[in-house]
Amino acid sequence: MDARRTDAERITDVSNRPARNRDGTSWATALFAMGLAVLAGTLAAITIGPFPVTLSEILSALVRLITGAQDPSHAQVDTVLFSVRIPRVLAALLVGAALAAAGTVYQGLFRNPLVSPDILGVSTGAGLGATLGIFLSLPVIAIQGLAFVTGMATVALVYMVATAVRGHEPTLVLVLAGVVLGALAGATISLIKVLADPYDQLPAITFWLLGSLASVKPDELWTTIPAVLIGLIPLVLLRWRMNLMALGDEEAAALGIDPRRLRILFVACATLMTAAVVSISGVIGWVGLVMPHIARLIVGPNFNRLLPAAMLMGAGYLLAVDTLARTIAEIETPLGILTAFVGAPVFLWLLATGRRSW
Amino acid sequence: MTVLEANEVGFGYPSFPVGRDVDLSLAPGEVLCLLGPNGCGKTTLFKTLLGLIPRHAGRITLDGTDIKRLARSEIARQIAYVPQAHTAVFPYSVRDMVLMGRTAHRGLFASPMQSDGEIADRALETLGIAHLGPRDYTRISGGQRQLALIARALAQETPLIVMDEPTASLDFGNQVLVLRQVKKLAAAGLGIILSTHNPDHVFICGTSVIAMEAGRTKASGPPVDVLTPALLSAVYGVDVRVEILSDGTRVCAPGFDSAA
Repeated sequence: MDARRTDAERITDVSNRPARNRDGTSWATALFAMGLAVLAGTLAAITIGPFPVTLSEILSALVRLITGAQDPSHAQVDTVLFSVRIPRVLAALLVGAALAAAGTVYQGLFRNPLVSPDILGVSTGAGLGATLGIFLSLPVIAIQGLAFVTGMATVALVYMVATAVRGHEPTLVLVLAGVVLGALAGATISLIKVLADPYDQLPAITFWLLGSLASVKPDELWTTIPAVLIGLIPLVLLRWRMNLMALGDEEAAALGIDPRRLRILFVACATLMTAAVVSISGVIGWVGLVMPHIARLIVGPNFNRLLPAAMLMGAGYLLAVDTLARTIAEIETPLGILTAFVGAPVFLWLLATGRRSW
Repeated sequence: MTVLEANEVGFGYPSFPVGRDVDLSLAPGEVLCLLGPNGCGKTTLFKTLLGLIPRHAGRITLDGTDIKRLARSEIARQIAYVPQAHTAVFPYSVRDMVLMGRTAHRGLFASPMQSDGEIADRALETLGIAHLGPRDYTRISGGQRQLALIARALAQETPLIVMDEPTASLDFGNQVLVLRQVKKLAAAGLGIILSTHNPDHVFICGTSVIAMEAGRTKASGPPVDVLTPALLSAVYGVDVRVEILSDGTRVCAPGFDSAA
């Protein structure tokens, strides 16, 4: 009531504020620039490493790959590029883009710019599966599979609990159910850590929970990319309707969409993407929280351009962080640590610049 | 010709009834005003009429078809909803907000096309806020937001519009602007149902009025017949006089000197 009264008093006082015109070509230019930057970063990241490779070597290796020519004198370069470095760079791009896309969706669905892809417990759930897999000394592929399944299952459980508790604001119940079940999964992870072999299993669990792309194999990419695409395609197709979801259920429904069904679909897609990438990378925080946020500052909240912008920024960011992770020190630095060290100050800076709307 | 009809409707929230036995009908060219004190259930009734919350009793039909049988997009092509001015979480441009009104006219996977943009621009122009198009919806005043939401309803191109207190957050000049717009739309053949706290507004634009009290209809009919000093005094619990100006316009004035 008070807000309404002050609004009425200020009906004409906003003319002195600067207009922020985003309907021009500026956002298209921004998207194009982001795309170029990610491309340049990708090439640069492939050249960097303990075994430096020049751009022309990359080019000739790609030509050899396409033509199928065998050249024993370049076998070492080919191995480094195609078995190690390019898969890892691609994994960084994929994981970053998927986490940022999922974060964008969740922030819109929950009408809250401070929401991360883990809001419904997908990462914690996946962490539980991976921890259990490591504890049971399962092979790597089984650990990843288990992480994927428990990640999806946690969110499904959260959704069922939220549906069972009727009569409240649906998104609020969903978030609270996510918090509760996430806490439960976290406690179970801690229990397994206590029980785990402290010399062999515990370090593996700890590293998994901090995230790393060091051990990503080329064939893991071939199973993850389709899963991410299956999650992404409905988001791209329904991108305009995502804008209406951010207005709240009643208004969205009055504008002619079915918010309940769309929410299930969007949550399923975002969860699928997150679970798929987390199962190969481990838990990586901050990307899905901060990147959609910065992308929104640049191209605005319209999902049609926010989604590609956030994905490009997520891909570029995780590529940069992962390149740091593998070059900054003798040993691999866990990604979760670096994303937080870089992401937290950026986020604080965003808060401090004092924007009242996102 | 689209007619919205409600018979003996009971409404409210799960395990919390707000009102019952409300009858109304809205046809093209009509302006039906809902008048009543705070908390009497006007907004809840509107949401029920739109099918946004399930009704507790009675029947609501759109052209004879129960709204329960209609898909959301079908309802949205017949009735537009102008909620009370609110703040959005994300800074959509005003034009994007108006474009969202076009969603029900397009396919599941579609984004607004150029023709939608033209319709949105026309709606903005109609309300005199074309200059606000590129601005952030979160960074305009409450009154401007209200006008933007009305523009969105126009862009929705429906025969009927439900407006929840469209003048509540507006200054005097903009109130007149909106009421004038309401009259113009009704003259153009739209049916409008709106709620207001100001009985004068009913005299200005209403073709009929429902006076509500505690979720029930206290009186309904043409404004001149329904809004008598006795009824207004009873509904609002204060002394109200109705004066007729020299041009025939009726205005309400509170009485302060009567020994209450």
